[in-house]
Amino acid sequence: MTAKERMAIEPQAMPEQDAKVRARNMNEVALGYTAEMARREASRCMQCAAKPCMRGCPVAINIPGFLAKAAEGNFEGALAVIRETSLLPAVCGRVCPQEKQCQKFCTMGKLLKDVDKAVAIGRVERFVADLAREKAASAAGKGVPAPSVAPSDRTGRRVAVVGSGPASITCAADCARAGHDVTMFEAFHKAGGVLVYGIPEFRLPKAIVQNEIDGLKALGVKVELNYVVGRTRKLRDLMEKDGFDAVFVGTGAGLPKFMDIEGENLVGVFSANEYLTRANLMKAYDEKGHDTPFWHGRRVAVLGGGNVAMDASRMALRLGAEKVYLVYRRSEAEMPARKEEVHHAKEEGVEFLMLQNAKRVLGDDQGRVVGLECLKYELGEPDASGRRSPVAIPGSEFTLDVDTVVVAVGNASNPLIPATTEGLEVNKRGNIVVDAETNMTSIPGVFAGGDIVLGAATVILAMGEGRRAAAGINAYLAKKGSAS
Amino acid sequence: MNCIKEKRQLSDNVFFMKIDAPLIARERKAGQFIILMVDEEAGERIPLTIADADETAGTISIIFQTVGATTMKLSRLEPGDSLAAVLGPLGRPTDIRGANGEKPGHVVCVGGGIGVAPMHPIAQALKAAGNRVTIIMGARNKSLFVMEDEMRRIAGDDLILMTDDGSSGRKGLVTEPLKELCESGAVDEVIAIGPPIMMKFCALTTRPYGVKTVASLNTIMIDGTGMCGGCRVSVGGKTKFVCVDGPEFDAHQVDWDLMLKRMGAFKPQEAAARDHVCNLFKGI
Ligand SMILES: Cc1cc2nc3c(=O)[nH]c(=O)nc-3n(C[C@H](O)[C@H](O)[C@H](O)COP(=O)(O)OP(=O)(O)OC[C@H]3O[C@@H](n4cnc5c(N)ncnc54)[C@H](O)[C@@H]3O)c2cc1C
Repeated sequence: MTAKERMAIEPQAMPEQDAKVRARNMNEVALGYTAEMARREASRCMQCAAKPCMRGCPVAINIPGFLAKAAEGNFEGALAVIRETSLLPAVCGRVCPQEKQCQKFCTMGKLLKDVDKAVAIGRVERFVADLAREKAASAAGKGVPAPSVAPSDRTGRRVAVVGSGPASITCAADCARAGHDVTMFEAFHKAGGVLVYGIPEFRLPKAIVQNEIDGLKALGVKVELNYVVGRTRKLRDLMEKDGFDAVFVGTGAGLPKFMDIEGENLVGVFSANEYLTRANLMKAYDEKGHDTPFWHGRRVAVLGGGNVAMDASRMALRLGAEKVYLVYRRSEAEMPARKEEVHHAKEEGVEFLMLQNAKRVLGDDQGRVVGLECLKYELGEPDASGRRSPVAIPGSEFTLDVDTVVVAVGNASNPLIPATTEGLEVNKRGNIVVDAETNMTSIPGVFAGGDIVLGAATVILAMGEGRRAAAGINAYLAKKGSAS
Repeated sequence: MNCIKEKRQLSDNVFFMKIDAPLIARERKAGQFIILMVDEEAGERIPLTIADADETAGTISIIFQTVGATTMKLSRLEPGDSLAAVLGPLGRPTDIRGANGEKPGHVVCVGGGIGVAPMHPIAQALKAAGNRVTIIMGARNKSLFVMEDEMRRIAGDDLILMTDDGSSGRKGLVTEPLKELCESGAVDEVIAIGPPIMMKFCALTTRPYGVKTVASLNTIMIDGTGMCGGCRVSVGGKTKFVCVDGPEFDAHQVDWDLMLKRMGAFKPQEAAARDHVCNLFKGI
């Protein structure tokens, strides 16, 4: 195919549920490509020599390589190429901020002068992963055994993996494949980390995450739920008393930040983590069958501009809110959320209030939220992050009529493990300090990765860290093995 | 699996249970709590304090009152049944006077209703650290006292029983003997565990005397690891998470009124869920 012919192929739009309908249900918004659409979209890749897309990918997936296979209709081959560097394509295809990573650098997007017309790499990635999962599911139904590590390849080494988010899933898989005996410890009653308690079903079906966990179990990984390391057992005791040779800490960034404004502890103010956990993990929306109550917000203000804020505001609609405002201090261009989520949120009816910020939450004599006082902002000089910093306009106060406020202004790192593990070095933001090449912490044999190291980041970065740490663990154990 | 080993009904709506939880029994310290789930799929996560533990047997004991859907379902389980999840021990252990560098002294433990249960391991540890321990137990009436014998074993003659109706001990509120003790000037520390309103009034009682007063809070929680912030309270003007910063705080610094309001956040939903479960059970 010539470049011209490739350019002539129409970008394949993602089939979606109608905005009005989906804003009131929990089903996935994006329905996924058909095989024909995936093939066509993959054919748009120019196969350019420079492969700029790969530089945009945090784990450097061989993107032109997998797209070439997908364009031929060889979807299994395409998935194999992705799997060389990524463990979670069905997840990443759905939640990666592609427009800031691979697709940002895509030559096709450049030629057509529109990043939205770049090759939809993520959508093709999702398609090939979904297809394989569906095939495996029907094969499993026919009794085809899942692959696992042959006993002869077992090293006899024991690895503890703390947490079960993308960093931990990846690290556990790679360590198990290397023949180690891996146990995963998760505080919650379900494994998956943010992928199950934070990111909603309508964006990432939980069955996909469960499939990854089942895959781990098939590899021989033991999953211990309801086990909080630092409390149920100290990290050092896992090594000194329980016989683990190495530990990976992937405990995420689970400590919600608040705004520190008046009225923030009133009844009806929630962290996005709480709001989303009630709905996702505890399935509070299904009131007939579930005991966890949820808050019937009629008019909801969500504070923030990231993925978490998008998820919370769209969840509010699905929980029956009549009006949802998204209050963000900067302008839309600065919003860190995935572009597609911003677009979906608007389509579903979330009202964006840009360059505005909450000043205080107003309550009644019952301590319940009755309004949110906001201030208007304008953009000033660029700050350290290169973003133009917002400056409050004095006297611009106004009140939003809301009964619910969801705070989605970020997460800090959970201090539980550092606080209960002597000698574990953290930086001033509380993130665990690791060696850049091996992800080993200040304690020999203890490794860390994902949001607990990076601060609240992304799934793909967490996955990449889990991979690197697993390589670090495997090398560490090999060395230890030859020394003893 | 967390199998129920023993169950006793202590009064109309108060139950005792011994649960298999060897890891928790091994690590737990006075003042810590657990989060449990009765059903895996539909269940709610609720915090309960650990009343006692036996490391050798690998069991922990809990005492709970049937107030919501989950405690009601829990009360219907029998020895041999298992719980879907038990997580713990959570929270910071109690800072035990005498074991923490401070000199042992006279500590008054005030337990209201089933608040006596979480007080038990604390009083035990205080005694073991060489403190004189006075225990004030309060309940609406005699039948609602829990762990009276255990507490008498710790406090001996320094056990003061208070009932609203005078059916046992003195008639009146726990704050009355508390005030008298403070007045006598011989109190170094007070620990209060019970309904928030009782803890609030204990704090108000001791404040004029400047006696260090600690309260163990029992707010709404989900994860118990600091992730959701649902349990947050205002202490000394600062937001604190009960699950990781607590559960014990300086009772003179806690914004009790705000906490009481926050604890009522889901009242209507809770009542509806309870009625729903109630009706289910009636149907059996
Ligand atoms: C609502 C929301 C939406 C998001 N949307 C996107 C998106 O669209 N795209 C994207 O790329 N990223 C997104 N992110 C960010 C992404 O989810 C995270 O960067 C990623 O999940 C981090 O992975 P992790 O493995 O480091 O930890 P996590 O996924 O946070 O998992 C950590 C796990 O460790 C457990 N844990 C914590 N402490 C302990 C302990 N002491 N003992 C045992 N277990 C413990 C926790 O319960 C949790 O399950 C979103 C985040 C949120 C909250």
